[in-house]
Amino acid sequence: MNRVTLIAICASAGFLLYILEMVRRRKLREEYSILWLAGSVVILVLSLKQDWLVGIAHAVGIVYPPSFLFLVGILFILLILIHFSIAISKLHQMNKKMTQEIALMKASREEKAG
Amino acid sequence: MNPGMEGTPPRILVVIPAYQEGRSIGGLVRSLRERYPYDILVVNDGATDRTSEAAREADATVLDLPCNIGIGGAVQTGFQYARDRGYDVVVRIDGDGQHEVEDIPKLLEPILENLADAVIGSRFLGETEYRGSIPRIFGIRFFRLLVNLTTGYRVTDPTSGFFAINRSLIEFYSHHYPSDYPEVDAYILMHRLKSRAVEVPVRMYARTEGKSSITTYRAVYYMVKVTLSFLINCIRRFR
Repeated sequence: MNRVTLIAICASAGFLLYILEMVRRRKLREEYSILWLAGSVVILVLSLKQDWLVGIAHAVGIVYPPSFLFLVGILFILLILIHFSIAISKLHQMNKKMTQEIALMKASREEKAG
Repeated sequence: MNPGMEGTPPRILVVIPAYQEGRSIGGLVRSLRERYPYDILVVNDGATDRTSEAAREADATVLDLPCNIGIGGAVQTGFQYARDRGYDVVVRIDGDGQHEVEDIPKLLEPILENLADAVIGSRFLGETEYRGSIPRIFGIRFFRLLVNLTTGYRVTDPTSGFFAINRSLIEFYSHHYPSDYPEVDAYILMHRLKSRAVEVPVRMYARTEGKSSITTYRAVYYMVKVTLSFLINCIRRFR
Protein backbone atom coordinates (compact mmCIF):
# COMPACT_ATOMS: atom_id res chain seq x y z
CA MET A 1 0.00 0.00 0.00
CA ASN A 2 1.57 3.28 -1.04
CA ARG A 3 1.66 6.45 0.99
CA VAL A 4 -1.04 8.39 -0.86
CA THR A 5 -3.49 5.51 -0.48
CA LEU A 6 -2.87 5.38 3.23
CA ILE A 7 -3.43 9.11 3.56
CA ALA A 8 -6.65 8.89 1.52
CA ILE A 9 -7.97 6.04 3.68
CA CYS A 10 -7.10 7.79 6.94
CA ALA A 11 -8.57 11.08 5.78
CA SER A 12 -11.87 9.65 4.55
CA ALA A 13 -12.22 7.34 7.57
CA GLY A 14 -11.47 10.26 9.90
CA PHE A 15 -14.02 12.38 8.10
CA LEU A 16 -16.63 9.65 8.37
CA LEU A 17 -16.02 9.29 12.10
CA TYR A 18 -16.17 13.06 12.58
CA ILE A 19 -19.57 13.25 10.87
CA LEU A 20 -20.88 10.33 12.93
CA GLU A 21 -19.63 11.94 16.13
CA MET A 22 -21.33 15.24 15.22
CA VAL A 23 -24.61 13.39 14.64
CA ARG A 24 -24.20 11.48 17.90
CA ARG A 25 -23.70 14.72 19.83
CA ARG A 26 -26.72 16.22 18.04
CA LYS A 27 -24.64 19.00 16.54
CA LEU A 28 -25.62 17.79 13.09
CA ARG A 29 -29.13 16.65 12.33
CA GLU A 30 -29.53 13.23 10.72
CA GLU A 31 -31.20 14.59 7.60
CA TYR A 32 -28.25 16.88 6.92
CA SER A 33 -25.70 14.17 7.60
CA ILE A 34 -26.91 11.66 5.01
CA LEU A 35 -25.17 13.24 2.03
CA TRP A 36 -21.96 13.79 3.98
CA LEU A 37 -21.95 10.17 5.16
CA ALA A 38 -22.68 8.81 1.70
CA GLY A 39 -19.94 10.97 0.20
CA SER A 40 -17.30 9.92 2.69
CA VAL A 41 -18.26 6.23 2.41
CA VAL A 42 -17.90 6.35 -1.37
CA ILE A 43 -14.52 8.06 -1.14
CA LEU A 44 -13.39 5.58 1.53
CA VAL A 45 -14.44 2.58 -0.53
CA LEU A 46 -12.72 3.91 -3.63
CA SER A 47 -9.52 4.51 -1.64
CA LEU A 48 -9.61 0.98 -0.23
CA LYS A 49 -10.49 -0.73 -3.48
CA GLN A 50 -8.33 1.02 -6.01
CA ASP A 51 -8.93 -1.56 -8.68
CA TRP A 52 -12.65 -0.63 -8.49
CA LEU A 53 -11.70 2.98 -8.99
CA VAL A 54 -9.53 2.13 -11.99
CA GLY A 55 -12.22 -0.15 -13.39
CA ILE A 56 -15.03 2.40 -13.11
CA ALA A 57 -12.83 5.21 -14.40
CA HIS A 58 -11.88 3.24 -17.48
CA ALA A 59 -15.44 2.05 -17.98
CA VAL A 60 -16.67 5.66 -18.21
CA GLY A 61 -13.68 6.62 -20.36
CA ILE A 62 -11.51 8.45 -17.81
CA VAL A 63 -7.83 7.78 -18.50
CA TYR A 64 -6.43 9.05 -15.21
CA PRO A 65 -8.32 7.27 -12.36
CA PRO A 66 -7.73 9.87 -9.59
CA SER A 67 -9.63 12.44 -11.64
CA PHE A 68 -12.68 10.19 -11.29
CA LEU A 69 -12.26 10.60 -7.54
CA PHE A 70 -12.31 14.38 -7.98
CA LEU A 71 -15.43 14.08 -10.08
CA VAL A 72 -17.19 12.07 -7.38
CA GLY A 73 -16.09 14.54 -4.74
CA ILE A 74 -17.30 17.55 -6.74
CA LEU A 75 -20.63 15.90 -7.48
CA PHE A 76 -21.23 15.27 -3.79
CA ILE A 77 -20.32 18.86 -2.93
CA LEU A 78 -22.78 20.10 -5.57
CA LEU A 79 -25.51 17.88 -4.20
CA ILE A 80 -24.86 19.07 -0.68
CA LEU A 81 -24.96 22.71 -1.78
CA ILE A 82 -28.26 22.24 -3.57
CA HIS A 83 -29.57 20.52 -0.47
CA PHE A 84 -28.53 23.59 1.55
CA SER A 85 -30.23 25.99 -0.86
CA ILE A 86 -33.43 24.02 -0.49
CA ALA A 87 -33.09 23.97 3.28
CA ILE A 88 -32.48 27.74 3.35
CA SER A 89 -35.52 28.35 1.15
CA LYS A 90 -37.62 26.31 3.53
CA LEU A 91 -36.30 28.22 6.53
CA HIS A 92 -36.91 31.49 4.71
CA GLN A 93 -40.53 30.52 4.10
CA MET A 94 -41.01 29.45 7.71
CA ASN A 95 -39.41 32.65 8.92
CA LYS A 96 -41.74 34.74 6.79
CA LYS A 97 -44.79 32.87 8.03
CA MET A 98 -43.80 33.26 11.65
CA THR A 99 -43.03 36.94 11.22
CA GLN A 100 -46.48 37.47 9.72
CA GLU A 101 -48.13 35.41 12.40
CA ILE A 102 -46.40 37.35 15.18
CA ALA A 103 -47.47 40.69 13.70
CA LEU A 104 -51.08 39.50 13.37
CA MET A 105 -51.08 38.16 16.93
CA LYS A 106 -49.67 41.38 18.32
CA ALA A 107 -52.42 43.30 16.55
CA SER A 108 -55.19 41.10 17.98
CA ARG A 109 -53.71 41.44 21.43
CA GLU A 110 -53.59 45.23 21.16
CA GLU A 111 -57.19 45.19 19.96
CA LYS A 112 -58.30 43.19 22.97
CA ALA A 113 -56.37 45.46 25.32
CA GLY A 114 -58.34 48.29 23.73
CA MET B 1 -68.35 37.78 -3.74
CA ASN B 2 -71.06 40.32 -3.98
CA PRO B 3 -69.97 43.51 -2.23
CA GLY B 4 -73.24 45.23 -3.07
CA MET B 5 -75.16 42.71 -1.00
CA GLU B 6 -78.47 44.12 0.17
CA GLY B 7 -78.28 45.84 3.49
CA THR B 8 -74.64 45.33 4.33
CA PRO B 9 -72.26 47.96 3.06
CA PRO B 10 -68.96 46.50 1.84
CA ARG B 11 -66.15 46.62 4.37
CA ILE B 12 -63.12 48.29 2.90
CA LEU B 13 -59.57 48.22 4.23
CA VAL B 14 -56.74 50.39 2.98
CA VAL B 15 -53.41 48.56 3.32
CA ILE B 16 -50.23 50.60 3.36
CA PRO B 17 -46.94 48.70 3.42
CA ALA B 18 -44.30 50.91 4.97
CA TYR B 19 -40.61 50.62 5.56
CA GLN B 20 -38.71 53.66 6.84
CA GLU B 21 -41.57 55.99 5.87
CA GLY B 22 -41.70 57.76 9.24
CA ARG B 23 -41.71 61.18 7.62
CA SER B 24 -44.51 60.65 5.10
CA ILE B 25 -46.78 58.01 6.63
CA GLY B 26 -48.50 60.27 9.14
CA GLY B 27 -49.57 62.78 6.50
CA LEU B 28 -50.80 60.03 4.21
CA VAL B 29 -52.90 58.39 6.92
CA ARG B 30 -54.39 61.75 7.91
CA SER B 31 -55.32 62.63 4.35
CA LEU B 32 -57.01 59.22 3.99
CA ARG B 33 -58.85 59.79 7.28
CA GLU B 34 -60.11 63.19 6.12
CA ARG B 35 -61.57 61.84 2.91
CA TYR B 36 -62.76 58.30 3.57
CA PRO B 37 -64.50 56.27 6.26
CA TYR B 38 -62.42 53.17 5.45
CA ASP B 39 -60.28 51.34 7.99
CA ILE B 40 -56.58 51.97 7.53
CA LEU B 41 -53.90 49.37 8.14
CA VAL B 42 -50.22 50.24 8.05
CA VAL B 43 -47.93 47.23 7.78
CA ASN B 44 -44.58 48.23 9.21
CA ASP B 45 -42.03 45.98 7.56
CA GLY B 46 -39.49 45.98 10.38
CA ALA B 47 -38.63 49.66 10.06
CA THR B 48 -36.14 51.12 12.52
CA ASP B 49 -37.41 54.69 12.27
CA ARG B 50 -40.66 56.24 13.51
CA THR B 51 -42.88 54.56 10.90
CA SER B 52 -44.93 52.67 13.47
CA GLU B 53 -45.31 55.57 15.94
CA ALA B 54 -46.18 58.08 13.22
CA ALA B 55 -48.86 55.75 11.83
CA ARG B 56 -50.32 55.16 15.30
CA GLU B 57 -50.34 58.87 16.07
CA ALA B 58 -52.37 59.39 12.90
CA ASP B 59 -54.81 56.78 14.22
CA ALA B 60 -54.13 53.92 11.82
CA THR B 61 -54.11 50.29 12.87
CA VAL B 62 -50.51 49.10 12.70
CA LEU B 63 -49.07 45.66 12.13
CA ASP B 64 -45.46 45.59 13.28
CA LEU B 65 -43.47 42.87 11.55
CA PRO B 66 -40.61 41.95 13.89
CA CYS B 67 -38.19 41.74 10.96
CA ASN B 68 -38.05 42.96 7.40
CA ILE B 69 -39.61 40.34 5.12
CA GLY B 70 -39.90 42.32 1.91
CA ILE B 71 -42.69 44.44 0.55
CA GLY B 72 -44.66 41.50 -0.88
CA GLY B 73 -44.57 39.71 2.45
CA ALA B 74 -45.70 42.88 4.21
CA VAL B 75 -48.61 43.42 1.82
CA GLN B 76 -49.55 39.76 2.19
CA THR B 77 -49.76 40.20 5.96
CA GLY B 78 -52.25 42.98 5.26
CA PHE B 79 -54.28 40.58 3.10
CA GLN B 80 -54.22 38.00 5.88
CA TYR B 81 -55.45 40.61 8.34
CA ALA B 82 -58.26 41.53 5.92
CA ARG B 83 -59.15 37.87 5.38
CA ASP B 84 -59.28 37.11 9.11
CA ARG B 85 -61.51 40.10 9.77
CA GLY B 86 -63.84 39.57 6.85
CA TYR B 87 -63.11 42.65 4.74
CA ASP B 88 -64.68 42.64 1.28
CA VAL B 89 -62.21 44.89 -0.48
CA VAL B 90 -58.57 45.81 0.07
CA VAL B 91 -57.03 48.92 -1.43
CA ARG B 92 -53.26 48.83 -1.49
CA ILE B 93 -51.42 52.12 -1.63
CA ASP B 94 -47.76 53.12 -1.23
CA GLY B 95 -46.67 54.72 2.01
CA ASP B 96 -44.52 57.41 0.44
CA GLY B 97 -47.12 59.67 -1.15
CA GLN B 98 -46.50 58.50 -4.71
CA HIS B 99 -50.10 57.50 -5.22
CA GLU B 100 -52.91 60.05 -5.39
CA VAL B 101 -55.28 59.44 -2.51
CA GLU B 102 -58.15 61.06 -4.39
CA ASP B 103 -58.04 58.34 -7.06
CA ILE B 104 -59.12 55.59 -4.65
CA PRO B 105 -62.83 55.78 -5.63
CA LYS B 106 -61.81 55.03 -9.21
CA LEU B 107 -60.19 51.81 -8.01
CA LEU B 108 -63.18 50.84 -5.90
CA GLU B 109 -65.97 51.49 -8.34
CA PRO B 110 -65.56 48.49 -10.71
CA ILE B 111 -65.18 46.15 -7.74
CA LEU B 112 -68.21 47.48 -5.89
CA GLU B 113 -70.25 47.10 -9.06
CA ASN B 114 -68.89 43.57 -9.37
CA LEU B 115 -67.40 44.27 -12.78
CA ALA B 116 -63.87 43.30 -11.73
CA ASP B 117 -61.99 41.26 -9.13
CA ALA B 118 -58.94 43.49 -9.30
CA VAL B 119 -58.58 47.10 -10.35
CA ILE B 120 -55.09 48.38 -10.96
CA GLY B 121 -54.19 52.03 -11.17
CA SER B 122 -52.16 52.86 -14.25
CA ARG B 123 -50.03 55.96 -14.57
CA PHE B 124 -49.95 55.52 -18.33
CA LEU B 125 -53.65 55.49 -19.13
CA GLY B 126 -55.26 58.77 -20.03
CA GLU B 127 -53.39 62.02 -19.56
CA THR B 128 -50.10 61.40 -17.89
CA GLU B 129 -47.35 63.57 -16.55
CA TYR B 130 -45.32 60.60 -15.45
CA ARG B 131 -41.70 60.79 -16.47
CA GLY B 132 -39.53 57.82 -15.57
CA SER B 133 -35.89 57.18 -16.22
CA ILE B 134 -35.00 55.35 -19.42
CA PRO B 135 -34.15 52.01 -17.75
CA ARG B 136 -37.38 52.16 -15.78
CA ILE B 137 -39.46 52.82 -18.89
CA PHE B 138 -37.64 50.01 -20.66
CA GLY B 139 -38.35 47.66 -17.76
CA ILE B 140 -42.02 48.61 -17.74
CA ARG B 141 -42.29 48.00 -21.49
CA PHE B 142 -40.59 44.65 -21.12
CA PHE B 143 -42.96 43.51 -18.37
CA ARG B 144 -45.93 44.88 -20.27
CA LEU B 145 -45.01 42.64 -23.18
CA LEU B 146 -44.40 39.66 -20.89
CA VAL B 147 -47.77 40.02 -19.17
CA ASN B 148 -49.68 40.65 -22.39
CA LEU B 149 -48.13 37.67 -24.15
CA THR B 150 -48.58 35.14 -21.35
CA THR B 151 -51.86 36.14 -19.74
CA GLY B 152 -53.74 38.08 -22.36
CA TYR B 153 -54.43 40.92 -19.92
CA ARG B 154 -54.05 44.21 -21.71
CA VAL B 155 -51.78 45.95 -19.26
CA THR B 156 -50.19 49.37 -19.50
CA ASP B 157 -48.62 49.63 -16.04
CA PRO B 158 -47.54 46.15 -14.92
CA THR B 159 -45.47 47.36 -11.95
CA SER B 160 -48.20 49.51 -10.41
CA GLY B 161 -48.60 48.99 -6.67
CA PHE B 162 -51.80 51.04 -6.48
CA PHE B 163 -54.71 48.63 -6.73
CA ALA B 164 -57.85 47.25 -5.17
CA ILE B 165 -58.89 43.60 -4.92
CA ASN B 166 -62.02 41.79 -3.82
CA ARG B 167 -62.58 38.92 -1.42
CA SER B 168 -61.61 36.14 -3.85
CA LEU B 169 -58.15 37.63 -4.40
CA ILE B 170 -57.71 38.61 -0.74
CA GLU B 171 -58.08 34.93 0.12
CA PHE B 172 -55.86 33.68 -2.67
CA TYR B 173 -53.10 36.23 -2.02
CA SER B 174 -53.18 35.39 1.69
CA HIS B 175 -51.69 32.05 0.66
CA HIS B 176 -49.79 32.90 -2.49
CA TYR B 177 -48.02 36.18 -2.88
CA PRO B 178 -44.39 36.78 -3.82
CA SER B 179 -42.09 38.16 -1.10
CA ASP B 180 -40.59 40.89 -3.20
CA TYR B 181 -41.55 42.78 -6.35
CA PRO B 182 -44.99 41.13 -6.40
CA GLU B 183 -46.90 43.29 -8.86
CA VAL B 184 -45.88 41.68 -12.15
CA ASP B 185 -46.18 38.18 -10.71
CA ALA B 186 -49.64 38.99 -9.48
CA TYR B 187 -50.88 39.01 -13.06
CA ILE B 188 -50.01 35.34 -13.46
CA LEU B 189 -51.75 34.56 -10.19
CA MET B 190 -54.84 36.46 -11.31
CA HIS B 191 -54.71 34.74 -14.66
CA ARG B 192 -54.56 31.33 -13.00
CA LEU B 193 -57.53 32.27 -10.86
CA LYS B 194 -59.36 33.57 -13.95
CA SER B 195 -59.82 36.90 -12.20
CA ARG B 196 -61.21 39.88 -13.99
CA ALA B 197 -58.52 42.54 -13.86
CA VAL B 198 -58.97 46.03 -15.24
CA GLU B 199 -56.83 49.13 -15.20
CA VAL B 200 -58.02 52.64 -14.49
CA PRO B 201 -56.03 55.84 -14.97
CA VAL B 202 -54.52 57.25 -11.78
CA ARG B 203 -52.01 59.93 -10.91
CA MET B 204 -48.63 59.03 -9.52
CA TYR B 205 -45.94 61.40 -8.35
CA ALA B 206 -42.22 61.34 -7.86
CA ARG B 207 -41.56 60.39 -4.28
CA THR B 208 -41.19 63.19 -1.78
CA GLU B 209 -39.45 61.32 1.04
CA GLY B 210 -37.32 58.22 1.32
CA LYS B 211 -36.02 56.41 -1.70
CA SER B 212 -37.36 53.85 -4.13
CA SER B 213 -36.90 50.24 -3.21
CA ILE B 214 -35.51 49.83 -6.72
CA THR B 215 -32.02 51.31 -6.84
CA THR B 216 -29.79 51.13 -9.89
CA TYR B 217 -27.81 48.28 -8.34
CA ARG B 218 -30.91 46.22 -7.94
CA ALA B 219 -32.47 47.01 -11.29
CA VAL B 220 -30.85 44.08 -13.03
CA TYR B 221 -31.66 41.74 -10.18
CA TYR B 222 -35.23 43.02 -10.28
CA MET B 223 -35.57 42.24 -13.99
CA VAL B 224 -34.09 38.77 -13.68
CA LYS B 225 -35.93 37.82 -10.51
CA VAL B 226 -39.31 39.03 -11.70
CA THR B 227 -38.95 37.39 -15.09
CA LEU B 228 -37.87 34.11 -13.51
CA SER B 229 -40.59 33.96 -10.89
CA PHE B 230 -43.13 35.04 -13.48
CA LEU B 231 -42.18 32.19 -15.80
CA ILE B 232 -42.01 29.71 -12.92
CA ASN B 233 -45.47 30.77 -11.81
CA CYS B 234 -46.70 29.90 -15.30
CA ILE B 235 -45.80 26.26 -14.68
CA ARG B 236 -46.45 26.08 -10.94
CA ARG B 237 -49.36 24.35 -9.25
CA PHE B 238 -51.38 26.28 -6.69
CA ARG B 239 -53.07 24.20 -4.08
